[in-house]
Amino acid sequence: MPGLEILSDFTVRNALIGASLLGVVSGVLGTFAVLREQSLIGDAVSHAALPGICLGFLIAGTREIWPLALGALAAGAAAALAVLALTRYSRLKPDASLGTVLSTFFAAGTVLLTYIQNRQLPGQAGLDSFLFGQAAAVLPEDLWFMGAVALVALGAVGLFWKEFKLVAFDPGFARSLGLPVALIEAALTAMIALAVVVGLQLVGVVLMVAMVIAPGTAARQWCRRLETTVLLAAGFGAASGILGTMLSLLGRGLATGPLIVLVATGLAVVSLLFAPGRGAAWKAAARRRARAAIEDRHILAGMWQLAQSHGDAAYAVEQGMLDAMYGAGARGALERLERQGLVEPVTHMSEEGLHWRLTPEGRKAAAAEPLSPSPTVRGE
Amino acid sequence: MVDRWDERAKGAVHEPSLALHIEDLTVSYDHRPVLWDIDLDIPPGVLAAVVGPNGAGKSTLVKAVLGMVKPAAGHVYVFGRPHLQQLRRIGYVPQRTTVDWDFPTTVLDVVMMGLYGQLGWIRRPGRAERRKAMDALEQVGMAAFCHRQISQLSGGQQQRVFLARALVQDAELYLLDEPMAGVDATTERHIIGLLKELRSRGKTLLVVHHDLQTLPEYFDWLVLLNVRIVAQGPLKQVYTLANLRQTYGSQIGLLHGMPAGTGGPGAESPGSAALETAAPRAGGRR
Ligand SMILES: Nc1ncnc2c1ncn2[C@@H]1O[C@H](COP(=O)(O)OP(=O)(O)OP(=O)(O)O)[C@@H](O)[C@H]1O
Ligand SMILES: [Mg+2]
Repeated sequence: MPGLEILSDFTVRNALIGASLLGVVSGVLGTFAVLREQSLIGDAVSHAALPGICLGFLIAGTREIWPLALGALAAGAAAALAVLALTRYSRLKPDASLGTVLSTFFAAGTVLLTYIQNRQLPGQAGLDSFLFGQAAAVLPEDLWFMGAVALVALGAVGLFWKEFKLVAFDPGFARSLGLPVALIEAALTAMIALAVVVGLQLVGVVLMVAMVIAPGTAARQWCRRLETTVLLAAGFGAASGILGTMLSLLGRGLATGPLIVLVATGLAVVSLLFAPGRGAAWKAAARRRARAAIEDRHILAGMWQLAQSHGDAAYAVEQGMLDAMYGAGARGALERLERQGLVEPVTHMSEEGLHWRLTPEGRKAAAAEPLSPSPTVRGE
Repeated sequence: MVDRWDERAKGAVHEPSLALHIEDLTVSYDHRPVLWDIDLDIPPGVLAAVVGPNGAGKSTLVKAVLGMVKPAAGHVYVFGRPHLQQLRRIGYVPQRTTVDWDFPTTVLDVVMMGLYGQLGWIRRPGRAERRKAMDALEQVGMAAFCHRQISQLSGGQQQRVFLARALVQDAELYLLDEPMAGVDATTERHIIGLLKELRSRGKTLLVVHHDLQTLPEYFDWLVLLNVRIVAQGPLKQVYTLANLRQTYGSQIGLLHGMPAGTGGPGAESPGSAALETAAPRAGGRR
């Protein structure tokens, strides 16, 4: 790639392509996990991938991606099933079953990993990079693998879009239409395992759940429809992948996988805070604005009432009186009203302290104001 | 792959003159029977209420008819055939609280979901489906809200969206689980008007209802349920104080002080003032 020298670097290019693939897949599949409130199953599934990887290595005897991924997929599916079975047939609550399954599988994986490392088996070097991922280890054949998985997963989502959507929103109604809901739910959970498998090399099993959850969580804040939510989640995922990889190039020893995850969770935090209509900070600001607007209208109506009772439309009210009636907020409200051209300070009576009166526009606005004109009734 | 989601092998015809025919149905959760030996017949063209205290198994009965819970025993026939073959002819309005109303989807999207069964696998809804959905929204008075996200609806509006989704199903038997729960008086009148209109178009409706006071005004058929069937039949015959007392058991203790001798078929209907206190959710209406 001309111009951007760094992009022509073989390893960097592989990492970038892999990271964007990973972002798109986990964004799309993760959105369904988030909406079905299955995010934590993703955690169990991704940790469970570790023993699967080790078993895949032990059986196949090589570090090639296919056997390892198959092992990860099988172990992830087994973990998901175990969570469901534990919740259903024991007295454990869902979160407790999740924790139990997660730690059991991860412990088994750790045992297998140390066993393999101590046996000095040929080709085992770097197997532990699946814990936190290693961008430099991504090979072209890995990219082919990731691409194939992405194609299968995204193809399935495209094909069964309406079925997935209905099961995610209203499984009860889906069943009443005769849809095999249990099968589709199993497929959706298997998809989480697929997303995890795509991220094994770059992000690793420990942090992969964040990649599943974050883009979907972020996207849902901004969108009103599932279609747009999934597309935006794919975009957020890809952006996190690319940005995280670029950031890791800035300095030696910056781990790519964790940086990708940090970018993704950063996007989620920003969205949770600032998305219009849903973000926490956005809502707080909107509440503040609404409260200020109510205060303004009260003061306007109160000044109108005073002017009427004095038979003088341009009656000047002392600031102190407004303070007494409306509290400390009166000054700020008067300044806001002045900016809107509804009130003006009266300057010729400066020796008696600050006075305010309604401008002609202010009178018009106050007369049209349906709010109670009595300043003593401050129902808020 | 089958063409329809509900395609099954065709079975024998049984009681084809009934919209719904249930034999010996028992459903249990964790070995505790929730429905016990239910025999139920609903003739076509009635607007029937299912009434009983909380936990009586009303929702479970509806779910059993839809094949959503597996019965421990019994058979369910819809228009003469096993119910699982007839899902296309059944419309369903679930209890409003069963879904996440924060889900990123619009009113129109939700209503179109009622057409997914007719579409079958993979096919996407198109312009024709959108038109049907808009028609249904028109009928429930929600057309202006079609592009709203569902999180921005009031409870009564949510209920009407669910109703529109059932309307597009164009079913013959409708099962509605508390469609009037948490809606204001105007919306309730609107909904019951719609249900009566469906009945006049020949549809059969089975409605889980909670307000004993409005029963005679709204319905013409009544099923009293408390794990077992207490009574069923034309409302005029079944809506008696004795039957209600038997259904609600101790909960209807508040009914004491009613004029004696109001029980029995054809007798005067129970006084509404006393019934209002008896109905679990009737307090404070209107
Ligand atoms: N999924 C379930 N697992 C276990 N028990 C359940 C389940 N669903 C319902 N039950 C139990 O079955 C009984 C009947 O429930 P159901 O929802 O059918 O009652 P209902 O008549 O619809 O009550 P309500 O008036 O509160 O809606 C209740 O005791 C309830 O606790
Ligand atoms: Mg119920």
